[in-house]
Amino acid sequence: MNRINLLGFTYLRASRKGLFTFYVQIKRSVDSKALQERQRQQMARGLPKQKPIPGVKQVIVVASGKGGVGKSTTAVNLALGLMANDMSKSVGLLDADVFGPSIPKLMNLKGNPELSDNNRMIPLTNYGVPCMSMGFLVDDVAPIVWRGLMVMSGIEKLLRQVDWGSLDYLVVDMPPGTGDVQLSITQNIPIAGAVIVSTPQDIALLDARRGAEMFKKVNVPVLGLVQNMSVFQCPKCNHETHIFGSDGARQLADTLGVTFLGDIPLHITIRETSDRGQPVVISSPNSPEAAAYRTVASAVVQRLQTVSS
Amino acid sequence: MEEINDGNLGQVRHVVLVLSGKGGVGKSTITTELALALKHAGKKVGILDVDLCGPSIPRMLSMGRPDVHQCDSGWVPVYTDTQKSLALMSIGFLLEDPDEAVVWRGPKKTALIGQFVSDVAWGELDVLLVDTPPGTSDEHLAVLENLKKHRVDGAILVTTPQAVSTGDVRREITFCKKTGVRILGIVENMSGFVCPHCSECSNVFSKGGGEELAKMTGSVFLGCVPLDPLLSASIEEGRDFTQSFPDSATFSAISSISQTLLNSLQTD
Repeated sequence: MNRINLLGFTYLRASRKGLFTFYVQIKRSVDSKALQERQRQQMARGLPKQKPIPGVKQVIVVASGKGGVGKSTTAVNLALGLMANDMSKSVGLLDADVFGPSIPKLMNLKGNPELSDNNRMIPLTNYGVPCMSMGFLVDDVAPIVWRGLMVMSGIEKLLRQVDWGSLDYLVVDMPPGTGDVQLSITQNIPIAGAVIVSTPQDIALLDARRGAEMFKKVNVPVLGLVQNMSVFQCPKCNHETHIFGSDGARQLADTLGVTFLGDIPLHITIRETSDRGQPVVISSPNSPEAAAYRTVASAVVQRLQTVSS
Repeated sequence: MEEINDGNLGQVRHVVLVLSGKGGVGKSTITTELALALKHAGKKVGILDVDLCGPSIPRMLSMGRPDVHQCDSGWVPVYTDTQKSLALMSIGFLLEDPDEAVVWRGPKKTALIGQFVSDVAWGELDVLLVDTPPGTSDEHLAVLENLKKHRVDGAILVTTPQAVSTGDVRREITFCKKTGVRILGIVENMSGFVCPHCSECSNVFSKGGGEELAKMTGSVFLGCVPLDPLLSASIEEGRDFTQSFPDSATFSAISSISQTLLNSLQTD
């Protein structure tokens, strides 16, 4: 191969065998490091600046990747569990699932939020937890058919135009997937850590793994994995069935090198209390299910301390 | 381009979307089981998996990671058998690393789905089932826009019986009505768990929510599928549940749903 230097461009010409394969290699006179820095600056233009929400000390996101594993149920009971473990802490709940907002139902909240003096939305509160959700802003049956860009702007409003006041923790219930909402939130606000929820089955774990990877890509620390719907105990004969497989999430936590935060059983009380809008941590505080959520909450607090130090 | 578009979907007799709104209710599971039931009934079936963030179908059909080939009219779908009775296209086949997270914003997803719809050489199919992700966003709009040139026979909505699910599915029903997609029916999944030890039926995820939703919205109720650990295990291992457990209540539920679906498609 011959090299020709022409006007700062280096061409590699074909060999004498007559193969006409041309390779063009552009060699700039500038330093490649400065080039990379310029490229990085250009990419960052147009991306939102990461700014903390005033008054909120730590943001914990509850995510999965897979739908229907119990993110919302876990987020709600985690928020209440954090308060139950330490009554001095103030916890807020943000429902970032724009398309399928479940928090209003789970927290038994309804109605349009009022505006504060500085034109911010006042979160609706129940059980001592201020909550904000798209579900408060739209009709019960109206679908929210938004493309990515609208979603970005909707999420910004939920983050910035809410009068959260002073909170120790803001628990954010994420929607399933690894797309616009997740990117918008991680780009907009600093996140103390992510809790990943999964059921034991492989199909859910595959997606949970992708969820964990996504957080690594955007530099959000993964606090750990929660195994939800781990085992079902028949109310009549107490026979235990692992409907969705057994211990898959525990094994995935090992594989990914993340902390295993706890097991939540598949118990009919959790679903019943959720449907009634009376989360199990509040309505049956002495039950094993409530204890399971409180265990996860203390593990989360421990992990937060480790990660921030 | 118009000709190629028609060419690729031109021999597909019926297109059915499987929607929910709510995540984790079993859309992919139901899509897979319906496809298998229809295949065993002698139909040629295709599955288009537009869940780009969480493509579950390849795993459920034990497809591994085959290469996707190109032909004159576009991508060749992956067939599960030599008789070519079940074809599948999913982003799962196009990723280099199966564990890779697809962290894309809307426009990129829309573009790929456009390609999945128009540039896959489906050939002759009786039914093309489209498995969607939860929500009502870019993926759903992209699928509908790209299928506008071809007819969409309708959508099957999957829900679990509990209130959190039916709430989201109600929104999806409104979405279908607004976009002019005919609702072929509602499936109530994970409806009741029968203890394998004592046969006591526990309504873990409640019961009747799907049926009530159907009545409330004037839609057809296609049936209940119970919460069956054998079905979850089959799906996990990528086995054909309809072959392994033909005597189970779950199998008869799925068969009856697929039969009702075929009847409503054929009366068009």
